[in-house]
Amino acid sequence: MSENAKQLENLIARGYQHGFVTEIDADTVPPGLDEDVVRLISRKKHEPAFLTEWRLKALRHWLTMQEPHWAHLKVAPIDYQAISYYSAPKAKKDGPKSLDEVDPKLLETYEKLGVPLHERARLAGVAVDAVFDSVSVATTFKETLAAAGVVFCPFSEAVRTHPELVERYLGSVVPYTDNFFATLNSAVFSDGSFVYVPKGVRCPMELSTYFRINAMNTGQFERTLIIADVGSYVSYLEGCSAPQRDENQLHAAVVELIALDDAHIKYSTVQNWYPGDARGVGGIYNFVTKRGECRGRNSHISWTQVETGSAITWKYPSCVLRGEGSIGEFYSVATVNNHQQADTGTKMIHIGKGTRSTIISKGISAGQGQNTYRGLVRMLPSAHGARNFTQCDSLLMGGKCGAHTFPYVEVKNPSATVEHEASTSKISDDQLFYLLARGIGAEDAVNMIVSGFCKSVFKELPMEFAVEAQNLLAVSLEGAVG
Amino acid sequence: MTALLNIDDLHVCVDGKKILNGLTLEVRSGEVHAIMGPNGSGKSTLAYALAGRPGYAITSGTVRYLGRDLLALAPEERAREGLFLGFQYPVEIPGVNNVYLLKAALNAVRKQRGLPEVDAFEFLGLVREKMQLMHIEDSFLSRGVNEGFSGGEKKRNEILQMLVLEPRLAILDETDSGLDIDALKVVAAGVNSQRSPERSCVLVTHYQRLLEYVVPDFVHVLVRGRIARSGDRTLALELERRGYDWVAGEAA
Repeated sequence: MSENAKQLENLIARGYQHGFVTEIDADTVPPGLDEDVVRLISRKKHEPAFLTEWRLKALRHWLTMQEPHWAHLKVAPIDYQAISYYSAPKAKKDGPKSLDEVDPKLLETYEKLGVPLHERARLAGVAVDAVFDSVSVATTFKETLAAAGVVFCPFSEAVRTHPELVERYLGSVVPYTDNFFATLNSAVFSDGSFVYVPKGVRCPMELSTYFRINAMNTGQFERTLIIADVGSYVSYLEGCSAPQRDENQLHAAVVELIALDDAHIKYSTVQNWYPGDARGVGGIYNFVTKRGECRGRNSHISWTQVETGSAITWKYPSCVLRGEGSIGEFYSVATVNNHQQADTGTKMIHIGKGTRSTIISKGISAGQGQNTYRGLVRMLPSAHGARNFTQCDSLLMGGKCGAHTFPYVEVKNPSATVEHEASTSKISDDQLFYLLARGIGAEDAVNMIVSGFCKSVFKELPMEFAVEAQNLLAVSLEGAVG
Repeated sequence: MTALLNIDDLHVCVDGKKILNGLTLEVRSGEVHAIMGPNGSGKSTLAYALAGRPGYAITSGTVRYLGRDLLALAPEERAREGLFLGFQYPVEIPGVNNVYLLKAALNAVRKQRGLPEVDAFEFLGLVREKMQLMHIEDSFLSRGVNEGFSGGEKKRNEILQMLVLEPRLAILDETDSGLDIDALKVVAAGVNSQRSPERSCVLVTHYQRLLEYVVPDFVHVLVRGRIARSGDRTLALELERRGYDWVAGEAA
């Protein structure tokens, strides 16, 4: 074992001895959910009383709710009492000792996705150098942000350092009563990101979850809150293209975005959670509530997502367009292959005058995957002169997959405009042959056509994500041709 | 001069219908052959069969290209070996950049020849030069393949691709159809610029108009799936005067 790894081992062992994790170590929480578990979670995180109370209210409400079954999804029953709602950060000693111990298929995927070598170990959970890397990188990062006045830290830290911001904004976009999974999340959320961008500040760099230390093991019930104050701008990247496993099957995250006057939040997601094996066994359930409120006039929120993983994806990143002249955007590529299912889309709620929204959804189905777009465009009576443009395209690869569309359009203001275009297509034999006749191999030809199909969404992604996303698409649709 | 392409007694079926009925043709390096014939005679079928399009069943006969069995190669392999098909109806591929496709195609051919890939700057320079020859504007570079192109633009794009890929055997399927006289001259200039002792061209055409500008070495008339008559460029002029029925009548 290398010097570094030995040092790390010692550090961790010593750390446990020193007690900052002793407390956690001492109580291993058995599966099950009740008020005691919630109080424990809150106590472990040293949360202020208002937050503990909020969690408890959520739990009490959750106990009165029924699991929803209206989606176009087949979900195996979830035993909520069999889940452990609190777990200590994974001891790095339990992970693979080196890349040699990691599943070669996983390494092959990293290779295909172009994951930098030094990142592969970290992603595979190898306890080598990871801490040192993230500490040094994150330190420079933090200094730049601090100079600009931007707050970017784990949610659990923000609760202690900026409790007034958390109290003011938490639950203001997704109230704890919102829906079954959001309510559950509100009771037991583990951690997530907190971002606050002060007035007039253009965040100097793209914020990425990679830079958040303690990112491990928070996938299950993540809670993220991003506040862009008057005239500010922030671009936030969530996720990564490398396939991620987690022993926790249910992922019920909540993301709330608030944009004040003239502020702009750009939220991009690349998601590749483990989709289950070729027979559809195992695989993550990704049931997420994401909502942004354009609270201020001329505020702007855009959601861009590339969803290729998870056994089941159920999410509708939405925008509440309250401020006059505010803009909401949703750009999405969702793929399903083998036995994956997705019921995803967006809700654009137009409240203010002159609000505008754009929805571009590209669904790709392959294997026996079932892809559903569900979208709501609602123009309230106050939405004078509001406009929406929706384009919803499906691409079917092979004869066993499915694409379904459920658009909901509710217009209560006669001066509002809604445009909806939809198309369903297969990869055309003529297009494929044209590329073959130019010397392009069959798989590359399909990837070119699929990328072309997704182009209008890819161009909205921050550059490094766009490249990752193209590779990811190619890998996730492997074997879907022929 | 070596035989570049040797088609021997080729029979091809499409959708269960027999289209080519024993077509035999030899094309040597450096030659330009014109294939003419009435509608339904099998001209496009010949082009597609040579390019390897699915659905074109070879029921008997052989095709040798550069001494190899062409029919044993996949379409992309044929392209990489220097066979180029100029489509009669080029398809649109939205979202796939013209430049991106061209560069990928050129690099596929170069890889086959053991040459290094061409880099972006080098490539842009090369393409711009050919674009000028074909009277194609710069904006074309960023558009999707044939996306929103008029018929004439699509045909010019096919020839542009040919100029960049420099194939050994170019099969141009009715490249002249739908072109006005100016566009025709531009296309012809492009085709002529490729003429060399190492390269050959098979022009599938309905009218003799193109052949005024791209003068063929040989003219063949296809009737009911086989070559009914062959001659030099003067045969095309005779056809223009006497019509296809003359040949069909004699071939019956």
